[in-house]
Amino acid sequence: MAAPAQTEIDRPGRAAPAGVVVGRGARFSEWLDRHSAQVFITPAVVMILIFSIFPLVASLVIAFSRIRLRGGAYQIRFVGFDNFAKQIFGSEQFHFLGTFTTISPLGWVVALAATGGILWWLARYARSRFTLLGFLGRLITAAFGIGLAFLFAATLFSGNPFGTLGVTLFYVMVGCAIQFAIGLGLALLCVQPIRARTFFRVAFFLPLMITPIGVGYAFRMMADTSKGPFAPVWNGLGLRDFAWAADAWTARAFIVVGDSWQWIPFIFVIMLAALENVSRDLVEAAEVDGASGWQIFREITWPQILPVAATVILIRTIEAFKIVDLPNIMTSGGPGIATESMTLHSFFSWRALDMGQSAAVAYLLLFVTVIVCVSFFNLVVLGRIRQA
Amino acid sequence: MPRLSGSLAGLGLAGSLALAGPAVAQDYSGVTINILTRPGPVIAQRLVERGAEFTAATGAEIRVDEVPFAELFQKLLTDWATGTNSIDVGVIASGWAVELVDGGLVEDLTPYVEADTKIDIDDIAPYFREFNQKIGGKTYLITVDGDFQMIYYRRDIMDELGLEPPKTWEEYRTVAAAMHGKDLNGDAEPDFGSCMFKKRNAQSYFAAMSIAAAYVQTQGTGQGIFFDPETMKPKVDNEAWIQALNDYKANGEFGPPDELNHDIGDTRALVQAGRCGLVIDWGDIGPLSIDPSGAAIKDKMGAAIMPGTTRVLDEATGKLVDCTPEICPNAIDGINFAPFAAFGGWSGLINAKADPKVKQAAYDFLSYVNQAAQSNVDVTIGWTGYNPYRNSQLENTEPWIAAGFSPEFAENYLGAIKASLNSPNMASDIRIPGAQQYTGVVLDRELARFLSDEITAEEAVANIAAGWEEITEDLGRDAQRNMYELSLGITN
Repeated sequence: MAAPAQTEIDRPGRAAPAGVVVGRGARFSEWLDRHSAQVFITPAVVMILIFSIFPLVASLVIAFSRIRLRGGAYQIRFVGFDNFAKQIFGSEQFHFLGTFTTISPLGWVVALAATGGILWWLARYARSRFTLLGFLGRLITAAFGIGLAFLFAATLFSGNPFGTLGVTLFYVMVGCAIQFAIGLGLALLCVQPIRARTFFRVAFFLPLMITPIGVGYAFRMMADTSKGPFAPVWNGLGLRDFAWAADAWTARAFIVVGDSWQWIPFIFVIMLAALENVSRDLVEAAEVDGASGWQIFREITWPQILPVAATVILIRTIEAFKIVDLPNIMTSGGPGIATESMTLHSFFSWRALDMGQSAAVAYLLLFVTVIVCVSFFNLVVLGRIRQA
Repeated sequence: MPRLSGSLAGLGLAGSLALAGPAVAQDYSGVTINILTRPGPVIAQRLVERGAEFTAATGAEIRVDEVPFAELFQKLLTDWATGTNSIDVGVIASGWAVELVDGGLVEDLTPYVEADTKIDIDDIAPYFREFNQKIGGKTYLITVDGDFQMIYYRRDIMDELGLEPPKTWEEYRTVAAAMHGKDLNGDAEPDFGSCMFKKRNAQSYFAAMSIAAAYVQTQGTGQGIFFDPETMKPKVDNEAWIQALNDYKANGEFGPPDELNHDIGDTRALVQAGRCGLVIDWGDIGPLSIDPSGAAIKDKMGAAIMPGTTRVLDEATGKLVDCTPEICPNAIDGINFAPFAAFGGWSGLINAKADPKVKQAAYDFLSYVNQAAQSNVDVTIGWTGYNPYRNSQLENTEPWIAAGFSPEFAENYLGAIKASLNSPNMASDIRIPGAQQYTGVVLDRELARFLSDEITAEEAVANIAAGWEEITEDLGRDAQRNMYELSLGITN
C-alpha cells in the first residue's frame, strides 16, 4: 500500500486535513490535478473530432443520401445503399468496375486458377495454425482477391474495358513496383563512393519538391507529339502519327511514367538512409569471404533494409491509391474513362454536385485501400520480416 | 469617358425602380462588386478592363475572381445556396442559370432593364434577347457574348482546290479528305483536313450536339433536340444521334493524331498556326484570324453555317428518313440546317441576396458591358472571347474592317452568323435544372467512351438515354418537363 500513499503525498492539491478551510482556488487546483490527463488530451481529441471524425461521419451520411443545393438550404434525401449499389450493380457499374459481357476462355482459366490458388492458400492456413481472427482476416483478403480475379477475367482478359477500380489498382501495382525498383537502384548507386555523389543525391531528390500539378503539365507538354518540345524527336522516330493520349494503355503508361518521376525520389531518399545504416563490417567480412555483389545484397543488405523497404512501400501504396492530379491534368481521365482513378471518379462526381455518389466512391476507395494495405502488411511484410 | 446606361440619371427613373430596390445613384463609391467567371484572358480579362472604366466613372470597385470552367457553376451554386454569398455576380452559361433561378437565387432583372435607357434592348438579336436572357418570360441575365457554333474553312486552299464550303457532313468529309495531308501553312509539313476538339471534360459534347441538331430537329426551335416535351423521355436513343456520333468520330480520320486529347485551346492553336483545313468553333475564329498570333490565317479563312443533312429523325420510329417539304419545312435546297446555340453565350446574373446598392451597381456594370458602345468593339477582338449578339454588330461591317477584317471576310463572317441566327430552325441548348449533369457529365462521358472505342455508338446513345432518365427521375419528372417546355416556348 506504499505506492498510493506516496502518490497522495506527492500531489500538491491533495485534500486538506479536517478543520482546514479550503479555498475555491485550491479546489479548482485539486480538480485540475485529478483531471489533468483529460485536460491535456482534450484539445487533441477535439481537433481530431472536428477535423477527422466529424468529416468521416458527415461523408458517411452523405454516402447514404442524395443531396441537392437549393436556395438557402440543402435538400437531403436518405437513399440507403443506393449510391453504393449504383457503383457495383447499377448504372455506374461500367464506370467503377468495368463493362461485363461474357468471360472469355482465357478469362475463365485465369479466374479459376486464381480462385483455386487463393482457396488452397486459405485451406493451408486453416490446417496449419488456425486462429479465428487470422482466419477472418484471410477470408476478407481471399474474397477480395477472388473478386478481383473475376473482375479482371471479365474485363482485361475478355476484351472489355475495366473501370476506375482496375485503373487505380494498375497505377498502384505497376507504379509502386517501378518506383521501388528504380528508387532502390538509384539509392544503391548513390551509396557507392562515386564522384559527385552529393550532386546526384540532390538531383534525384528534386522531383519530389515539385507540385503534382506542375509535373502533370510538364509531362503533358513533353509527351505532346505534335507541338511539344520533343516533337522533332517523335517525328524523327517516325512517330508523327502516334498519339499516346488516344490509346488506353499508352495513356495509362505515360501517367505511370509521370507519377514515377515524381515519387521515385521518395523511395530513393528513404532507401538511401536505410542503406547507409547497413553494417559495413558485415559487408566487408562477406567481401573478404569472396561473396559476390548479388550474394551480399541478398544475404546481408536486403534483410537489414527490409523493414524500411516494407514501410516505404506501404506508405507509397496508400499514397498511390489517391492519385488524382496527373490523370486529371494529362488526360482528364480519357481516352474515355481509361485513365480515370477512383479519386478522380469521386472528384468528377463531386464537381457535378453528385455528392452522394462522390462520397460512396470515396468510401469504396477507403475499403479497397484498407484491405490491400492491411493484407500486404500482415501477409507479406510481417512474414518476410519474421523470416529475416 | 464612357457613358453608363445603367447609371440611371433621372429621379423619375429612380422612382420607377423603387419597387425593385432602393433609389439609384450614379455614385457607387464604397461599393464592391465581386464577379465570378472562367479564367482569363477569355471573358474575364475584358471584364477587368471594362471594370476599371466603370470604377473611374462610378467609384464602384470591380473584382473579378476566376475559377476553372468545369468548377464554375458548382462554385457559384454552392456560394449562393449555402448562404455564403461572397459572390455578387456570376458570368456563366445562360443555360446554367435555370437551376439557379429555380432555386430562387437570382435577381429578376426585368424592372432594371425596363428602366434602362441605354441598353437598347431591341438591338440585341431576338434569340439572345428572348431566349438567352430570359427564363419563364422574365429577364434574369444580361448577355455579354453570343454563342453558337459554325464551321470555318481555309478559303485560300479551297479556292486553290476548287472546293465549295460543305453543306452536309458527307461534303465535310470530302472537303477534309481533299485538304488532309497537304501543307496548309507553308512549313513543308503535312497538315490536317479537319480539326475538332474531342477531349473529355472539355467542350466535345457541344460539337456532338451541334452535329446532332440537324438530324434531330426539323420543325423549328420549339421542337427541341433533347427530350420528348410530353413525356420527358430522352430523344437520344435513335439513329439520328447514332449518325451524329459516327460523323463526329469519322472526321477524326482527317484530324491530328492526338485529337482525343485536344480541348478548344489546342484546336485554336492549330487553327492559328494554319494547320487546319476545316474546323468547328464558336464565333471566335473570325477575330482570332486577325490577331497577331493568327498571322498564318489572316485573310485566309471563311465561315459558314453548320452543315445540315438530307436525312432526319422520324421521332415515331427512331429511324432516319429522307427530307421532304413536309418533314423538313425549314430545309434549304432539301438540306435541313439546325444551327445549335451551343452554350448560349456568357451572360451575367446577379445574386438575389446581394445588397440592394450592390445589385444596382452590378446591373449597371453588366449593362455597360452589354451596350453597343462597348460590346461592338469587344466582339471584334479575338482574345476577349466575346462573339456578336447585337444586330448593330451584324449589320455594320465597319467596326470589323477597322479591327482588321478584310471587307470580304467581314461580309462572309457576319453573313454566316446571320444565317445561323435568322434560322427558324435554330436549336436551343439544354436549359433545365441539372443541365450540366445531362450534358457535361453523362453525354460527355459516353461520348468520350465512344470516341476511344470503348463502346459503340448504339451503346453510347442507350447509355446516355439511361443516364438522362436517372437524372430526370432524381430531379422530378414533372418539374423537369415543365422547365423543358418553358425553355422551348420561345422561338425566333
